[in-house]
Amino acid sequence: MAEMNEPVDVLIIGGGASGAAVAWSLAETKMHIVCLEQGDWIKNEGFPSTGRDWEARQFGDFAISPNRRKLEADYPINEDNSPIKVANFNGVGGGTILYAGHFPRFHPSDFKVKTLDDVADDWPIDYATLEPFFELNDKMTGVAALAGDPAYPSKPAVMPPLPMGRSCEVIGEAMNKLGWHWWPSDAAINTQEYEGRAPCINLGHCGSGCAQGAKATTDGTYWPEAIRARVELRHRCRVRRIETNEDDMATGAYYVDPDGVERFQPAEIVIVACNGVGTPRLLLNSASERFPDGLCNSSRMVGKNLMFHPYSQVRGHVDEKLEGYKGPRIGTWSMEFYETDPKRGFKRGYCYQFSRGYGPVATAVNGMADGIIPWGAGHHEAFGRMFDHSLGMLAICEDLPEEINRVTIDPHLTDSDGIPAPRITYRLSENSKRMLDHSVARGKEILQAAGARDITHKTIFPGAGWHLMGTARMGTDPKTSVVNEWGRSHDVRNLFIVDGSVFVTSGGVNPTSTIQAIALYVADQIKNRIYELFD
Amino acid sequence: MSDLTPNTSEYFSAVKREVMRLVAGAIIPADPARDMPGADDPAILDDILASAGRDADDLARALDILGAEGAQITDASLARFRDDHPALAGVLSLVIAQCYYRDDRVLVAIGMEPRAPFPKGYEVAQGDWSLLDPVRARGPIYRDVPQEGTDT
Repeated sequence: MAEMNEPVDVLIIGGGASGAAVAWSLAETKMHIVCLEQGDWIKNEGFPSTGRDWEARQFGDFAISPNRRKLEADYPINEDNSPIKVANFNGVGGGTILYAGHFPRFHPSDFKVKTLDDVADDWPIDYATLEPFFELNDKMTGVAALAGDPAYPSKPAVMPPLPMGRSCEVIGEAMNKLGWHWWPSDAAINTQEYEGRAPCINLGHCGSGCAQGAKATTDGTYWPEAIRARVELRHRCRVRRIETNEDDMATGAYYVDPDGVERFQPAEIVIVACNGVGTPRLLLNSASERFPDGLCNSSRMVGKNLMFHPYSQVRGHVDEKLEGYKGPRIGTWSMEFYETDPKRGFKRGYCYQFSRGYGPVATAVNGMADGIIPWGAGHHEAFGRMFDHSLGMLAICEDLPEEINRVTIDPHLTDSDGIPAPRITYRLSENSKRMLDHSVARGKEILQAAGARDITHKTIFPGAGWHLMGTARMGTDPKTSVVNEWGRSHDVRNLFIVDGSVFVTSGGVNPTSTIQAIALYVADQIKNRIYELFD
Repeated sequence: MSDLTPNTSEYFSAVKREVMRLVAGAIIPADPARDMPGADDPAILDDILASAGRDADDLARALDILGAEGAQITDASLARFRDDHPALAGVLSLVIAQCYYRDDRVLVAIGMEPRAPFPKGYEVAQGDWSLLDPVRARGPIYRDVPQEGTDT
C-alpha cells in the first residue's frame, strides 16, 4: 500500500532539459508544483575534470551509456536490436549534464518536410510559433553565438561566440577553399559571466560535466530560478506509473522515494518530461483496465517512430600542433548539406559539428582501435604524430520517422526498483545510409582540403544515441498522434508531454534547444488556456 | 558525486598480475629516448590493476587467454589475440592507456602539464574571425518556408 502525499496542482515527472524549463515557466502561476526526478543533484566539484583521472572517468561513472554506467539512478535499456546505443544521463539536469552544449535551433524547413520534400509529416506548429520561445530559452540558457549565420533567419546572440582556436581556423580555411558554409556554433557555454555563472576556462571536457559551471545545465539555469519561485524538486524519486480515474483523467503518480517507500502523489495536472525513451516507457508501464495498451495510446503510437540522429564521424591529423585538447569540444558547424538536394540521392540532410582534438587517453584508445597507433614498437612515434594534431567532425543526420523503430517494454529486464525496463528496436533506413555515406565522403574532402593525413571514419557511430525523439508524436489527428498541437494528450486531458517524444520529425541538428522551446511553448499554452485546459 | 569506480587492486591473482605486466610492457614499451616509461612500470602497473573498474571481469578473461599455459607474450601472440578477441583487445587498450597517459612522467614527455584541467583551465586563441567574410558574402542558405505561427 502506497503512502499518500498531499495533493499538488502540477506534477512534473523528470527534472532534465524540458522538465526544468516547464517548471520555471509555470512557477509564475503560483500553482503548487512538484517535480519528481529519479537521479541526484550533481555537484560541480565532483566532475572528472577536477581530478587526474579526468579522462578515465568518461569511460566509467560518467560514461554516456547507462548500461555501462549502471549508477543507482540509471535504468537498464535492452538495445540488442539497435545499431545505435542510447546515451543519456539521469540526474537533476538530465542529459544537459553530459551534453557538449552544441545548441542549434531547428530550421524553418524542419517543420514542413511533407510540404517541402514529401516525406514524413509536417508539424502542427512551425518555426514562427516557436521563435519567441527559442529566444527566451537562449536568454535563460545563456547562448554564446555570432549573429548573422547565413544558415538561419536572423536571431540575436546573447553573448560572444566561443574562441575558434587553431583547430577551428584550420577547418574554416578548408571550408573556404571548398566554398562551403561554416559558422561558429551556437553554444550553451558561457563566454562571459552570465547570471551568476562563471565563464568558460577551456577545461576541454564538457562531455563529462563542467566543473566550472560555465556550461548551461538546467540544474544551474532553470532549476535555481524555479526553486526560488517555490517549485519543489524531489530528487531520487523514481516514478513507477501514472494513475487515472473513471473520467480518463490522470490523478497522479506512484513513485519510490529515496528511502524505498512507495508513495502516491496526487495532482491536478501531470506533465511528463522523461525523454524519448523514458516517456514511452512510463506511459506503457501505466497500462490499466481503462488503458490496456498503455496510457495515451489509443493511436497505438506510443513508443513508435523512435528517431535517433544517425551520426558519422570523420577525423584526421595535420602536421601543426593544434592544442585541441584545450577548449570546448565544439567550436564551429556547417549547414552546407542541411537542406534537401535531389542530386544527392536522399531526402533532407545533415549538419556537421566540427570538433577539436582529444586528450591523450582518448587519442591513444581511439588510435589503437582505428589501427593508426600500434601496440608495441612504434606506439610512441605514432602517438606523437596523432596527439595534439587531431581534428574532425561529426555529421548529425536527420532520421525520418518509421513505425518499425520503437520503444517497447522488455518482458524480463527491470530497474533496481523492479520497474520494467525499455527495449529498443531500431534499424537504419536506406535514406539514412545514403546520407551517412554522403557525409563521410564530404567529410574526407574537408579534411583533405585541410591537408590532413591519417584520416579515419566511422560511417555509423554506434554510441551516439544522444537524441531520443518521436515516440509520443504531436499532431492534430488523435488517430495518428499522441499529443495535440500544444502538448496535451488526446486521451488524457490533464496530461502533457514536453520532451523530445513529441517531435514529429528529427531535424538534423542537436535537439535540446528545440526541446526546451517546445517545453516553454507548452507551458505558455497551459497558462493561456488555464480556464479551458481540460475541455 | 565522487568517483564511483570500484578499486580492483585486490581483484587479480599474482599470476594474472604477472601476465598483465608482460602484456602492458609489450603494448606500450618503454622509450628511453623520449624519457618515457613502459606501461609495465611498477607504479603504472599498480594503477592499471587498481583502476580496471567496470572492465575487471573482461580484463581477467583477456589475461586468462593471454596467459594460457605455455603461451608467450610476443608480437605475434598479441596480433593473434587482437584478431580473435577484438572486444577484449579494446578493453586492454583502454585499461592500459587510461592509466599510462595520466602518469606525470608520461604527461611531461608528451608536452602536457601534469595536472587536472580544473581549476586552472587553459587559454584558447580567439582566431581570425575575418575567415568568415567569404561565408557572409555568399548570403543566406536556409530554405525559406511560409510561416503561419500559432496563436498563443
